[in-house]
Amino acid sequence: MATPFTPGIAAGRLPVDEIETNFADLHAPLTGHEAAVAADRCYFCHDAPCVTACPTDIDIPLFIRQISTGTPEAAAKTIFDQNILGGMCARVCPTEDLCEQACVREMAEGKPVEIGRLQRFATDTVMAAGVHPYDRAAATGKTVAVVGAGPAGLACAHRLAMLGHDVTVYDAMPKAGGLNEYGIAAYKSTDNFAAKEVDWLCQIGGITIKNGTTLGQDLTLDGLADSFDAVFLGVGLGGVNALGISGDDKDGVADAVEFIESLRQSGDLTTLPVGRNVVVIGGGMTAVDAAVQSKLLGAESVTIAYRRGRDAMSASRYEQDLAASHGVKLLFNVQPVAVHGNGAVVEIEVEYTATQDGKLVGTGETTRLPADQVFRAIGQTLTTDGGLELAGRKIAVTGAGRTSRSGIWAGGDCAAGGDDLTVTAVAEGRDAAMDIHATLIGGS
Amino acid sequence: MADLTTDFLGIKSPNPFWLASAPPTDKEYNVRRAFEAGWGGVVWKTLGSEGPPVVNVNGPRYGVIHGPDRKVLGLNNIELITDRDLQTNLDEITRVKKDYPDRAVVVSIMVPCEEQAWKDILPKVEATGADGIELNFGCPHGMSERGMGSAVGQVPEYIEMVTRWCKQYYSKPVIVKLTPNITDIRKPAAAAKRGGADAVSLINTINSIVSVNLDTMSPEPSIDGKGSHGGYCGPAVKPIAMSMVSEIARNPETHGLPISGIGGITTWRDAAEFITLGCGNVQVCTAAMTYGFKVVQEMISGLSQWMDEKGHTSIQDFMGAAVPNTTDWQYLNLNYVTKASIDQDACISCGRCYVACEDTSHQAIAMSEDRTFSVKDEECVACNLCVEVCPVEGCITMVKQTPGTVDPRTGKVVEPEYANWTTHPNNPGAVAAE
Repeated sequence: MATPFTPGIAAGRLPVDEIETNFADLHAPLTGHEAAVAADRCYFCHDAPCVTACPTDIDIPLFIRQISTGTPEAAAKTIFDQNILGGMCARVCPTEDLCEQACVREMAEGKPVEIGRLQRFATDTVMAAGVHPYDRAAATGKTVAVVGAGPAGLACAHRLAMLGHDVTVYDAMPKAGGLNEYGIAAYKSTDNFAAKEVDWLCQIGGITIKNGTTLGQDLTLDGLADSFDAVFLGVGLGGVNALGISGDDKDGVADAVEFIESLRQSGDLTTLPVGRNVVVIGGGMTAVDAAVQSKLLGAESVTIAYRRGRDAMSASRYEQDLAASHGVKLLFNVQPVAVHGNGAVVEIEVEYTATQDGKLVGTGETTRLPADQVFRAIGQTLTTDGGLELAGRKIAVTGAGRTSRSGIWAGGDCAAGGDDLTVTAVAEGRDAAMDIHATLIGGS
Repeated sequence: MADLTTDFLGIKSPNPFWLASAPPTDKEYNVRRAFEAGWGGVVWKTLGSEGPPVVNVNGPRYGVIHGPDRKVLGLNNIELITDRDLQTNLDEITRVKKDYPDRAVVVSIMVPCEEQAWKDILPKVEATGADGIELNFGCPHGMSERGMGSAVGQVPEYIEMVTRWCKQYYSKPVIVKLTPNITDIRKPAAAAKRGGADAVSLINTINSIVSVNLDTMSPEPSIDGKGSHGGYCGPAVKPIAMSMVSEIARNPETHGLPISGIGGITTWRDAAEFITLGCGNVQVCTAAMTYGFKVVQEMISGLSQWMDEKGHTSIQDFMGAAVPNTTDWQYLNLNYVTKASIDQDACISCGRCYVACEDTSHQAIAMSEDRTFSVKDEECVACNLCVEVCPVEGCITMVKQTPGTVDPRTGKVVEPEYANWTTHPNNPGAVAAE
């Protein structure tokens, strides 16, 4: 039996009941009474700042009022009208940076209305009842290919199907859901929620999902463009940036997204190995998710090493505090310079940084952190551009996701712009669907 | 510390807080515990004539209007007068009064509108040693169908008649409890005074249906699928009660008639307000039924603190103090001009003032791109709606315009002199200034 102090990378550092507790729902769902109390706090603001802050423009005051009057089903409809993945977004949205940050009660009292949890209360009510509150419009005879069954692709597919188009969704992975299924921390999506949400969403009908089908291998963009009336690309970012330092290839150095993926897909977390001393390189949500979950699996020490200061971290202060509360050490202004060890990583050497003339530079001073496991979480890259024009390192889009090629739309993380959030991907997928619909029906 | 003792009709109590005639005062067990908790007095739950007692429904008796977090805002009931034997009640009253000589014990009575019925019960009540009686002319449900309660209270002649009997057959103070289910509260109050009443108490409960079950289509509380109107009380009725109290206090015919104030009194502040409108004491029910007897301790400490802060040494110091300021609309000063003013530092940008004014009032609040809200003085009629819908107390205030300045809405100079509708040129019935 391993313990947190077992050297190297080992599975079963914590007993099964502790693992279960650690990976339970981060925020327990609200009970009916709790939801009523929380809903009563909403002021029903005019032109509410929370709505402005929501990338999908959910009418938050309206849905909260609908909860407070005992109609969570109507509340859910208000949410789903704008965001068909409102169930997942209620779990993973950084509400502290979005709607809840904008809530006037945050300004007034430092305690916003619990919008995220109320949204979950409403959406869970409907989804638990197995009710899908939309019907398809009459068939249009048009077909659309959606590549990528992540939040952008699913939102796009649902809207198109609802409008009467036939949609085929292709995804490289064995399961649909994209990052919802493979990429977020387990305690944010318990009880197989991502898969259930896909099933629920597909109740609309008219959506065929083909898994294990990769663009560039099994499909070509030309082929799709020939076979379908329109194509939407929501392929995400398949590649992971390398550290680009010596020793990057040693055993024990891995991608954070791979670790999170194996964690999400593991049937028994006591069999999932984790290092005694874990260092995560990066400053985003992926870094936090990998670090916190390493700790929850029983790593003795976990450090997030980020090359800039706290304020520059893309993980919110809430996420930073969540990590700290789990015992993760946050190390700022350090960049990795070498991975040491004989075959497997033993230490990572980092150099302190400072900002000079607006540029980040190494100070020359270094230190070494013990590390049995190092996770790269320094960003992801586009792996399939299909020959489309790029803007920076992503697919260039104009308007509602129109790419450089007529008949091809793109959205989500693979498209330029946006902020790589689930909720933004949903908005882009939805808006592209409306544009595709207008184009197809417009009789081009 | 302020002296809270009250002398109401010669009935002394250590504080002005009495429990109203209702379930909390139905029996010795409750009343003893109420006194131990600090209540200054009780009005014992209404006694009926000797003989088999009334029978209550055996299903739910109460319905409620809830505010946020199920806060009880309004309560209605379909309970009748005491359903316990008369002698049991009389024995208990006797024991309690003997053990608590410093507390007020008043007995509520409701018997048929016949002289003999009153003649029979009054000596028995007198023998208990209780300090006075309260005539229940207010109960709006059940008993009223039998010609008692509000059925009497709605006919001033009956009030006068029964009050007179009571003064004839009972030697101690007689308080007449009034029903609000009438058109003009001054009429029954005057009738009570003519009958010789020592005081009136008001309000009793208001006819009400608090909710309808949309599945069964039955009003609630529902008894086997049917509902009956009940009597409404609790914080929601306080404004109605205070208006009626003020009318009696202002009416020359009843001015000076002692009043026991009842209706939604929940905190010390509510009690103080009733007293300023002319009440000599107050009666409480719903607050106790919602929170238990201990609430009186907050009422005592709060009233005492406020009196100390204001320099009032006794209840008499501020009793009726707001009566002279309660007037008719026609006497309000039309030269008093105010404008809403928004404290930008306190504003949380919810926009409720804006939408309330824009959608339903005078379009007198501007909203900027960055959600800054400001008052348009040229449109503001000072209606106060923005003040009341703002969730931040004190954020929006009404600022008096200095005489001599021009009101940008009317273009007229704000006059320093008092001027009301009776002399206004637009009033067809205006009286000449001279």
